[in-house]
Order: sequence, then structure tokens, then C-alpha cells
Amino acid sequence: MSQVPLSHILIVSTALFFIGMYGLFTRRNMITMLISVELILNSVNINFIAFNKYLYPDRLDGVFFTLFIIAIAAAEAAVAIAIFINLYRNFHSIDVEAADELKF
Amino acid sequence: MNLSLLVLMPLITAVAVLFCSRLNGIRWVSLAGATVQLLLSFGLLALYWRERAAGNGAAMLFEYRHAWFPSLNIWYHVGVDGISVAMILLTAFVMEAAILVSWKVESMSKEFFVLLLLLSAGGYGFFLSLDLFTLFFFLEVSVIPKFLLIGIWGSGRKEYSAMKLALMLMSGSALVFIGLLGLYYNTGGAGGPHTFDWLAIAQMHLPLEVQREFFPFLFVGFGIFTALFPFHTWVPDGHSSAPTAASMFLAGISMKLGGYGCLRVAVFLMPDAAKEYSPVIILLATIAIVYGAFATMMQKDLKYINAYSSISHCGFILLGIGMLTGTAITGAVIQMISHGLMTALFFATIGMIYDRTHTRLVERLGGLLKIMPFISTVFVIAGLCSLGLPGLSGFVAEITVFMGSWQRTGEMYRLATILACASIVITAVYILRATGQTIMGPVKDLRYNGLTDATWNEQLAGILLGVGIFAIGVAPFWLSELLAPGVSAIMDHAGKAFTVGKAIIIK
Amino acid sequence: MPNYAYIALIPLLPLAGFVVLGLFGRRYLQRFSGVIGTAVVFVSTGLALWAAYQYFFGTGSTSLALRSHPFIMLKANWLPFSPHLSIDLSAIIDPISVMMIAVVSLVSLMVHIFSLGYMKGEERFATYYAFLGLFAFSMLGLVLSGNLFETYIFWELVGCSSFLLIGYYYDRPTAVAAAKKAFIVTRFADLGFLIGILILSFQAETLDIRTLVQRLTEPGLQLTSITGASFLGISAVSWGLSLVFIGGAGKSAMFPLHIWLPDAMEGPTPVSALIHAATMVVAGVYLVARLFVLYGADPGVLHIVLYVGAISALLAAVIACTQTDIKRVLAYSTMSQIGYMMFALGSLGYTASMFHLFTHAFFKALLFLCAGVIIHQVHSNEMQRMGGLRKTMPLTHACFLVACLAISGIPPFSGFFSKEEILLAAYRANKLVYFIGLFTSGLTAFYMFRLYFSIFWNKPPEGHPHKILLVESIPLVILALGATFAGFIPFSRLMNPDGAPEVGSVFSSMAIAPVALALLGIGIAAYLYRKESDRPAKLASAARGFYTFAYHKFYIDEVYLFVTKKIIFNLIGRPAAWIDRNIVDGLMNLIATVTARISAGIKGFQSGKVQDYVLYFFAGIAGLAVLFIYIYT
Repeated sequence: MSQVPLSHILIVSTALFFIGMYGLFTRRNMITMLISVELILNSVNINFIAFNKYLYPDRLDGVFFTLFIIAIAAAEAAVAIAIFINLYRNFHSIDVEAADELKF
Repeated sequence: MNLSLLVLMPLITAVAVLFCSRLNGIRWVSLAGATVQLLLSFGLLALYWRERAAGNGAAMLFEYRHAWFPSLNIWYHVGVDGISVAMILLTAFVMEAAILVSWKVESMSKEFFVLLLLLSAGGYGFFLSLDLFTLFFFLEVSVIPKFLLIGIWGSGRKEYSAMKLALMLMSGSALVFIGLLGLYYNTGGAGGPHTFDWLAIAQMHLPLEVQREFFPFLFVGFGIFTALFPFHTWVPDGHSSAPTAASMFLAGISMKLGGYGCLRVAVFLMPDAAKEYSPVIILLATIAIVYGAFATMMQKDLKYINAYSSISHCGFILLGIGMLTGTAITGAVIQMISHGLMTALFFATIGMIYDRTHTRLVERLGGLLKIMPFISTVFVIAGLCSLGLPGLSGFVAEITVFMGSWQRTGEMYRLATILACASIVITAVYILRATGQTIMGPVKDLRYNGLTDATWNEQLAGILLGVGIFAIGVAPFWLSELLAPGVSAIMDHAGKAFTVGKAIIIK
Repeated sequence: MPNYAYIALIPLLPLAGFVVLGLFGRRYLQRFSGVIGTAVVFVSTGLALWAAYQYFFGTGSTSLALRSHPFIMLKANWLPFSPHLSIDLSAIIDPISVMMIAVVSLVSLMVHIFSLGYMKGEERFATYYAFLGLFAFSMLGLVLSGNLFETYIFWELVGCSSFLLIGYYYDRPTAVAAAKKAFIVTRFADLGFLIGILILSFQAETLDIRTLVQRLTEPGLQLTSITGASFLGISAVSWGLSLVFIGGAGKSAMFPLHIWLPDAMEGPTPVSALIHAATMVVAGVYLVARLFVLYGADPGVLHIVLYVGAISALLAAVIACTQTDIKRVLAYSTMSQIGYMMFALGSLGYTASMFHLFTHAFFKALLFLCAGVIIHQVHSNEMQRMGGLRKTMPLTHACFLVACLAISGIPPFSGFFSKEEILLAAYRANKLVYFIGLFTSGLTAFYMFRLYFSIFWNKPPEGHPHKILLVESIPLVILALGATFAGFIPFSRLMNPDGAPEVGSVFSSMAIAPVALALLGIGIAAYLYRKESDRPAKLASAARGFYTFAYHKFYIDEVYLFVTKKIIFNLIGRPAAWIDRNIVDGLMNLIATVTARISAGIKGFQSGKVQDYVLYFFAGIAGLAVLFIYIYT
């Protein structure tokens, strides 16, 4: 069976990236924003694995990067949830527009 | 004599005041410090005269240098000549009078006196500096205390006035700094080090393009301090909202920092550019003199009258400097000293009147001569000095400027001189209007009948400044002798650039 | 050559009096201040009279040689401007300066003595004498000055003393206004004087009067001709002289700078006698006389002097015929007489002018002092309130009559001799001015005797006899003696511009016309005013238009008020203040407002919303990416 062309995978990851960005820019719910960030990170993961497999098949650098990103994403999600809980306690809402006091 | 003593004395006094806790301690320590400073200034004058009499013909006496930022060739360099000695004496007089007049300041008096002393330290340092960076440093030292003094202890629209004053003076010093950097980077010739040293730059001959480029920055920057039209609008609000001592210092000394800077830095170091720009300077100065005088006529508040009249009188300083003849420049320096004393006296008197009557509006005052004879007499003397009555210092300054300006032939310069002369009539009008309405005439408000005359500290302040005015007015020869070497140094350095021509040759 | 160094004491003693009385008078010396002031001036007068005697009538031929060469005595460098130009305090001894110090100190002494009685009981007695001392110092210094700027210095000081003395009753708004007006009008004239000094000193390269006159009148010098330095077709020296004359005209209340003199009568009457009659107002005449050689060499400017003097003499006489305030009549009379002195100088009648100055000092001061006594008796200045006083005040009556006869030019009183010389000079120079002078002398006699009859006749004698104080009567008698006999002093032998004595004839046929006119004037005045009647009122209504015009002093004051209030204040002063507040300051405020608006506009970027920040991130990265792509391809 022929390999899936690299470009197809890159299109998928790009699409995921921009969907994630759109979600980050547009969604008001903080948890949804977190999910979008995860989407962005995962798209980057796909990119790394794809490049690793297609361009440097005998190396494992991309896989290592991916593993790091997964771990860091998990840690970051934990921290983010902690921040959201604190924000909820102060603003009684998880609407990101509510937390806008650091302004002029 | 170690000149740094003159800068250290106010600083030591300020520190000492910080340690005092009771009002009496604060006041007396400040007064003691200012008196010691006054005595030191007289000592400096005596030593200076002795040196000159002994034949010491150096340009600057009592020099002292110390490396400050050796890598940038910035030194702490101080020294005096006749002009500096006169200005230091002026500062000492005005400071002593200012502290005496502020005897009754009770809210946050410690901070008040500390700021006043810091202000004076800046003034003294400025007149002593021979290194341009040191000069700039002391210039900046004196700006911030003004902002605080006006903003906190002032009256009327004090926050607005303080802000306007500080911002305009800082933009002035920003322009000065650009000019100084221009000088710095254009010295040093082929591979030599750049220098801020005034004496060294004086030896060099700066190329004409460099002079042309940076002279406006320096002149306008310093000029903002001396109410150069059209950047003079900080003066009315700033002086009027300030507390009395701050007004005295502002009008008396601060405005002279600019004149001194224009003369010693801009004109002395860049004579060719000065010659080229002199028509513009003369135009702006004449506008300040005449337009300032007319604007004064319409004012209704005593402090605004004095502030606008300061714009007009400081126009004489700029006119004298702009005319570029030896006599005119001497006149400009005499006017710096005379106006400093006179306007300090005037502001002191207005402050005394305001403390008692709680109004500065001319229409509400009247008949004060009957109620407060001492204050009224001092007011009249200050007014007569302002309008240039012989026997008082204002006359000496003005006629020296007139005679010097007339030396410069050319229709435009003669016209400028005639307009400047015409201002003596306008000055007489507004001074006599103010005097006639406030001092003479029937008593306006019956509540004034119970007011007291000057207290000992106010009398002493008035007498001190009055003695200065009379000393110059009655016997001006000592002052013109003091200033002559400094002025001739400027003229000699300019050399051919300042020959402004003489039409008639008799025999 | 006799030593005249003591002349320096003559102005300095009153100065010491001023300082002592000014500083200590009010508190410590109140009661003795009059005596101290008078004693000081008494010594000065003694010294001055001794100097005059020595100078004019002194030993033998040396005095003649002395008089033709004025010499400078005592020179002290006061303010150097440049190596050859400086203000020196120097004293010049020449005929007019010696004459003037004698006159000024003598009249000053009379006024000091008179004021001992007249101003007794005044609250500010010491201050009054202090100011009188300041005035004496300034005036004596003025006449002795040998340096042109020194003259200016004393000129201004005299103006300041005048201001202080006119405003002596400072709680009266009219007095304050009059003092201000006097100072400002004379200041305006002094501006001309100042610019004139600048021009003349520049052309001659000196401020010393003798050297200046020498340098500017050197034969063959191109300066006074148009080919030399000139502006608008008139030579620089002519400009200088005209401007200096403007200064003199202001101080001497010549048309059109005369408006301050009538108002100056608000001051105490002895002050009017001293300053505004005998001494300060003649300073302008003195200035022209001091520079007479220069004026004589410049016919154009001389014409100005001539006509200004003539117009002032006539105008003032006409106005004086209508005024009802005794002091105002005397003020206009002063202006008229000074006009005589001025046009005498303009006719090159140097001796005549100085002679008239001398005699005028006596009879005018006498008139004013008598007026003071009368005003004290009647408690009013108005002529209508007076009448029939000849029985109640016999001494004053006699003195006033003597003075009126002198001023009308009736022989053998002093005014006759001096006026006759003036008219002679005018006849030689300009016939029109001669006729103006002649007509004016008739008017002078008329209005003076109008005054005399209205005060001392007109109504039946009434009131209790007035007790005149001894200190008031002594000066009156001395001045009356002077007014009577001063005419016999042979001025033409003592005083000439070039020092050579001239023997003038005393009685020429020229003397008949003015005396006849004067007698006619006296006759008309007697007819109208000797008895109370309605003849004056009928005469006034017959010439109603012109009478009202003259009564309101030809509305000159109103013109000045219009120019200053409507034009200078409203069209120049107010816009200047407005422009400064709103445009120049507005520009600074505009800069501040613009900065604030920009700041307000930009601050929206700091919205506090995370998503906005992320957007900015992305925009920045996208921009950088585009930039890098463009740079590296």
C-alpha cells in the first residue's frame, strides 16, 4: 500500500492548528480555551511525528519532542485548571472576559 | 577657597533640618545655614577682589577638578570669575530673604525648607560649574523641588501650574542636553577624547556648521528658563501659584539660570552662530519686552502683574545678550542681578500683603499705606526699581542695556532699542496703576484697619534686598568693575565675530 | 581761581536731611523735622548765595574770565560704559548753573519756612519735609550736572519727588490720579529725552556736556547737515536735539504735554509754589539753555522750540481767563510764562529767557504762597467763594498785588524788565511770535487782575481779620522784595551764552506797547470784576461756544483719555493679554491636550483581556514572519 503523502498529514495538522487558534481567540469559556490550546499542541505533535517518519525515518528526535510536549501539556493543563479555579473564586465566572482587571 | 563649600553648605543645612523635629528648630537651622552661606559669599567676593588686586589675571579663579566619569571624560570642575561671583552673591541674598519670609510656613515645614535648600544648592552649583555636564546636573537638580514646592504649598491652580512649569522647564533642559551632546561629540578633533570641559571647548574653534546646528538648541533650551517668547507661558501661572519663597527663588534665580547659560554656554562657545542668529534673538527679546509690558497692564492679580513684568524685564537680559556689544552684555548681567533682587523683593511684599488681607486682587486692596507703612514703602521701592528710577538698580541695568544696544548700528537694531526704551513708559503705567490702587487711595475694606505691619523677619528680608538694590543703584561702579573682566573675556574670545560696526568717526 | 569745592555740599545737605528725616522722622523727630529740614536748606542757601556772590561779583577780572569759560569741577566716575563713554558725577560751574542754585535754594528755603506754619499739625509732617529735602537735592543736582546722563538721573529723581509730593494726601483719589498722571506724562517725555541722549552721545562719543557741545559744533563738521548721519532726511543731531527738547517740553508743561500741570495742583500749596511754579517746571527751559550752543546751531529745531513756546504761552493764557479755581489759574499762568521763556530761547534770547526765569521764580512763588494763605482762610479754592478780602488780609493783599503787577509787566517791577527783553528778542527773530507775545502779555494782565479783583474786591469786606503766622509772612515779604527789585540786576552783563557781557538798553521805545496793553488788560479786569455784577456772565454767554471750549481746556484731556483708554488699553493691551492667555498659552495647553488624547486612544490596547493579547502576539509573529521571508528571499 502506498504511503499517505506527507502533505495530507501536514494539511490535517495545519487545520487542527488553526482550529485550535480560532478556538483560543474566540471562545469565552476558559476550559474550552484550554482544550483549544491542547488542540494546538497536538497539531504540533502530529507535525513532529510526521516529519520524523517521513524525513528522518532512522532518527527518533521527533518522537522525543512529542513525548516532551505530551508531558508538558499535561502539566500545563494542571496549572491552568488551578489558575481557573482561583479566577473563579475571585470573579465567580469562568468567562475569560470577566478577568480583565489588569488594564489601563 | 574651596568652592564646593558653597554647594555643600545648603546640603548640610538640609540634612540638619531633616533631623529637627520642632518648627522652631527647622526655621532657625535653615536661617543659620542661609546666613552662613551669605557670609561665605561675601567671603568669596572679598577673596576674589584680593586675588584680582594681586594681579591674578586668570580667566577663572579658585578652580577645582575631580574626575567623575573618567571613561566618558566627565569631570566635576568648578571655578569662578566676576560674573559667577555676582550671581552667587545674588543667590545668597535671595535665599536668605526667602527663608526669612517663609517663617510662618507651618504645614510640613520640614519638607518645605529642605526642598528650598535643595533648590538653592542647584543654583549655587550651576553658577560654579566649569564642566558642562556638571552644569547640566545642577540645572536638573533645581527643577524637581520647584515642582513639589508649587504643587504642595502653592495656591490657586497649583497642580496645573506646577505641572506646566515642570514640563516646560524639562523640555528646556532636554533641548539643552541635545545641544551639550552636540558640543561633546564635536570636540576632540582628530582622535582626541571628547570633552565637556568649558574652558577646553573655549580654546577650540568649532566649525560653523556645528555651531549653526546646535546653537538653537542651547539658546532656546536655556531661553525657556529665561522666558524666551513664545515659551514664556509657564511664568505667569508658575510664579503666581507658587508659595512666596518659591516665587522669589523662581523669578529671582531660576530665570537667571537661563540667562547665564545663554551667555556662558551658547554665546561664548559659539560666537559665529550667535552673530548669525542675533536678529532672531533680538526680535524675540523685543517682543517679550513690549508685549510682556502690555499684557501686564491688563492683569488684575498682583502676582500676575509681577510675573508678566518679569517676562518683560527678562526680555532686557536677552536683548542685551542678543546685541552682542560689550556694554549690552554687561547690561544684561547687571539686569540679571538687579531684576533678581527687585522681583524677589516684590514677591516678598506681595506675599506679606496676601498673608494679611488674603487677597491679591488689585481692585480689592486700597489704602495700605496708612495701615502697613513699612510693607507699603518696600512695595513702592520695589515698584520704583521696576520702572527704572535712578538711585535703584533697575535704572543702572536698563541704561547700560540701552547704551550698549545703541552701539549696534543698523535700522533694525536701532528700532529694537527704541521699542525697548518705550517700554519704560508702559512699565510706569502698570506699576503706578498697581501702586495707586493698592497702596494709595482710601482704605478699601474696613476690615483691613486692624492688620499689622511687617514682623521682624519680614522687615529683615525687605531691608536685606533693599540694601542690595540701593548698593547697585547708588554706586554701580563696583559692580561694573566686577563684571568687566568676564565680559571682556567673552568679547575677546568672539574676536572678529562681534565687531558690529561704528558709523561715525570723530577726529 | 577761587575754590568752589563747597558747592558739592549744596545738594548733598538736603539729601542728608531726606535720609535722616525719612528713616527717623516719623518715629523720633516728628516735632523737630520742620526745623531740621529748614536748617539744612538754610545752610545750602547760604552757601549758594555766597557762591553766586563770589562768581558774579567776585574779585576783579578773574570773575569775567571765569564766566566765559564754564568749568567742570569734581568729577567722579559713576558708571563706565566703555573706555571713553561713562556717566560721571560732575558739577559744572557756569553763569546759569550758579544762578539756578541761588534761585532754587532761596525759593526752597522760603517754602520750607512757610510750611513750618502752613503744614503745622499735619500727621505726616516729617515725611513732608523729607520729600522736600529729596526734591531740593534732586533739583540742585540737576542744575549742577555736567554730564548729560547725570542730568537725566536728577531729572527722573525730580519727577519722583514731584510724584511723592503731589500724592502727599494719598487717601484722596484725585491726588493719587494727579500724581500718576504727572509721572506718566513726564515719563513719556523722558523717553524722548533718553533716546535723544542715546543719539547725541553716540554721535559725539561722550556724555560730558562741555565736550559734547564742543564736538558737535566743530566748524566744518558734517554732522548737522543732511549729508552726515541722517534718518528720513533729517540729520541725526537734529533728531537728538528734538527728542531732548521733547523731554524738556514734558517737564516744563509745554503744549501738548501740559495736561499734568493743572492736576498737579492737588498737592499742598507750598509744594505747588516750589515745584510747579518756580523750579521743577523750568527744568525744561534750563535743559535747552544748557545745550543752547547746539540749539543755536540748528535752525530747524530752534523753530520747533520757538513755536511750541509761543503756542503754549497763548493757549495757557486763553484757558486761564476762564478758570475759577485759584490754583488752576496760577498753574496755567505758569505754563504761559514758561512758554515765554521757551520762545525767548527760540528767538536766541538766552539772557532774556534766563532773566525771566529768575524774576518769574520770585513772583510766581509769591503768588502761590499768598494763594495758600487765602485758601486756608476761605477753606476753598474757588474764586466765587472769595471776595472782599483786602481788609482782612492786608499783608497778603499787598504781596499779591506786587506779584500781579510784576507778572503783568508794569514798571518798575521785575517782570517788566524781563518781559521787555523777551519781546525784544522775539521782535528781532520772528514778528508773528512777537505779536503773539504782545497779545498774551495783555491777556496775562487781564486774567491776573481778574483773579486779584475777584479775591480782594468784588464783594463787601467780611469776616474776621486773618491772623497770619510770622513764619508765613517772612517768606512773603522776602519774595515780594525780590519781585520788586530783582529787575534791577544787570543780567545782560552777567549772563551770556558766550560769556561776553552785553550792555542792553533798559528803556527803549519797544517797551511802550506791552505796558499799554497790560494797563488795558488791568482796566478791563477792573471793569468786570471790581464790583460784583453780571457783566462777566454776560460776556461769557456772548462768546458762549468759544468760552465753553476754553473753559474745558480745549478738550485736550479728553483726547488723551480717549487715546489711552480706548486705543492703547483696548486695542493693544487687552489683545496682548488675550493672545498670551489663549493663543500662546493655548498652544502649550493644546500640546498637552493632544498628548493626553493620543494616550487615551492608545491605552485601549491594554484591555486586560487575554484573547486580545494573544491576537497581538499572533499579529506580531505573522508580521515578523512576512518580514523575514521578504528579507531572506
